[in-house]
Amino acid sequence: MMQDIIHQYLRPSKKFPHVWCPGCGDGIVLSAIVRAIHSLGKSKNETVLVSGIGCSSRAPVYVDFPALHGTHGRALAFATGIKMANPELTVVVITGDGDGLAIGGNHFIHACRRNIDITAVVFNNSIYGMTGGQYSPTMKVNDYGATAPYGNIERPFDVCDLASAAGANFVARATAYHAIMLEKFIKMGIAKKGLSIIDVITPCPTLYSFYNKAGKNIDMMESIRDRTITIQKAEQLSDAEKEDKIVVGIFANRDFPEYTGIYSDLMERAKRSVKDEELL
Amino acid sequence: MYKLMMQGNQACAHGAIVAGCRFFAGYPITPSSEIAEELSLLLPLVGGRFIQMEDEIASMAAIIGASLTGCKVMTATSGPGFSLKQENIGYACEAEIPCVIINIQRGGPSTGSPTMTSQEDFMQSRWGTHGDHNIIVLSPSSVQETFELTITAFNLSEKFRTPVILLSDEIVGHMTEKVILPDPDEVKIYDRKKPEVSPQDYLAYQFTEDGIPPMADFGSGYRYHVTGLIHDQTGFPTNDSNEIKKIKDRWMKKMIKGEKDIILTESIHTDDMDYLIIAYGSSARCAKRVVKIAREQGKKFGLLKLTTLWPFPDQIISRLTDKVKQVIVPEMNQGQAIREVKRVVGGKIPVVGVNRYDGEAMKPEDILTVINKL
Ligand SMILES: Cc1ncc(C[n+]2csc(CCOP(=O)(O)OP(=O)(O)O)c2C)c(N)n1
Ligand code: SF4
Repeated sequence: MMQDIIHQYLRPSKKFPHVWCPGCGDGIVLSAIVRAIHSLGKSKNETVLVSGIGCSSRAPVYVDFPALHGTHGRALAFATGIKMANPELTVVVITGDGDGLAIGGNHFIHACRRNIDITAVVFNNSIYGMTGGQYSPTMKVNDYGATAPYGNIERPFDVCDLASAAGANFVARATAYHAIMLEKFIKMGIAKKGLSIIDVITPCPTLYSFYNKAGKNIDMMESIRDRTITIQKAEQLSDAEKEDKIVVGIFANRDFPEYTGIYSDLMERAKRSVKDEELL
Repeated sequence: MYKLMMQGNQACAHGAIVAGCRFFAGYPITPSSEIAEELSLLLPLVGGRFIQMEDEIASMAAIIGASLTGCKVMTATSGPGFSLKQENIGYACEAEIPCVIINIQRGGPSTGSPTMTSQEDFMQSRWGTHGDHNIIVLSPSSVQETFELTITAFNLSEKFRTPVILLSDEIVGHMTEKVILPDPDEVKIYDRKKPEVSPQDYLAYQFTEDGIPPMADFGSGYRYHVTGLIHDQTGFPTNDSNEIKKIKDRWMKKMIKGEKDIILTESIHTDDMDYLIIAYGSSARCAKRVVKIAREQGKKFGLLKLTTLWPFPDQIISRLTDKVKQVIVPEMNQGQAIREVKRVVGGKIPVVGVNRYDGEAMKPEDILTVINKL
């Protein structure tokens, strides 16, 4: 059943085998995105995928939507232009933790602040996959990476706290292990008017595991499963107890006015305030 | 037809509206900000949209995204912002996205001289983004020409599926002069070529006779993949060296085939001259005056005003320099266009520069001092 849906969305024109390593979580996340779009009954023609650069950002090449594979970190900025120029389109951004939060960090907070109707899915593996395992802005302190041979000394961003504080209407976290929950959150995000951020904890069994001795995909998946707790559960734990946990759930679900809608109102106001002759 | 007084930057905004621009994304920077300000006012009135992005990188990305939906798009900036735009100007070259970038030059490098003029981005406008690429650069020297060339910039970007840079400068951007605005139906507007085949048969980067692939709008039923990675005709990334060479050859070919439309120059007294001045932008205004003064003194000077800076008008310059004794290249930098002129002239006659790089406008005396010694 799930496979039937996915097969309807794979690009008919070549592009396989894909670039991802065996056991990479990115395929699971892409599959959840496709199922969410499908279950909302969105048309393939009017759903645009936009991504940056990274392993995760390669996703749009495989599925049959109009797609813009942009430059590193800029996916939300490209997507903002698409949505502004044609607000009828459903725009879904695929980004990595490096892409979306490091080089794209500024675009990330400003897209949240504008609350433009875009859904961004952050494929969060806490490492730079594509460039060989350097530390990312979501890597935990003391984890290892190609550029953190003595352990990472930088504190990570909490993607959901950041998005909530910056003003996004819908903010949630799921994991590649919890694929059904993930699909549900992406679906809610796309249905929501305004900016939606879905932070997805996903395993990189090649590079993250190499530097952190995290085992094979199955070991990483089990670890994700065992460390996952709900927001309600997290509220009962001390900071020290939460240290290693993955807190999943909906962090923000609200209805601040959406940007393209506000702009349409502005257009009406502008037209009323100026007579045609004054135009040119 | 309307006659009115207008500032260069305002004329640019009005030219954009007439050309059909319906989306602008930018970030404020002197001396270009009036363009954004004017468009924030005008665009919503004509059903267009304006956005002030968080920086110039984002502005450039936003106009590319908007262009893919079928919209005519523009951004405007100066020095530091022009540097930031280079990343996605390269993307627009690679993915062949029609878009217009206005650079109202100020002195550099870095923050440089924000409120003073320069022509220091002549080379950056051609080679600012990394890698082999093709790009069109136009240069206005009056308010009227700013209006007209903004429209030309849109037409060329739509026709050749390429970013087009309008390289103006602080003087032209901030001066106020009389402009004649034509009736909109008198203006020739070019819209990008759309696919005539069904979505199933559409190749987003097809090798066509003219080298320009038809471009489908996102949302119109054509589902294709756009990338900054080198790609084949399908739009998907490729590492096949034959394909890499083929697409780069096509980019070159479309520009060479289009030269007749793209290369614009203006010649004054070049039929009968001993000395040739080659100038562009606000320096060309000054050079025009110099030619007049020199002629009054009985010296046979001619002027070639470069309206298109890139692709560089090699053939025209080569032809005109066959019959003169010397070439003078006045510019507001330490000598950038002169390198190109020297390359074309190839040593057959002397080429001398007149260079001002103190933030002040080129004055006729600056050029006259040099030519009086000839
Ligand atoms: C401007 C720029 N800087 C650096 C790079 C190199 N680069 C490519 S992908 C990447 C990091 C990707 O990490 P992430 O977003 O976490 O994605 P992942 O590969 O882990 O899915 C970097 C630094 C680039 N392509 N462009
Ligand atoms: S390097 Fe890591 S993130 Fe990249 S494809 Fe391989 S497993 Fe996935």
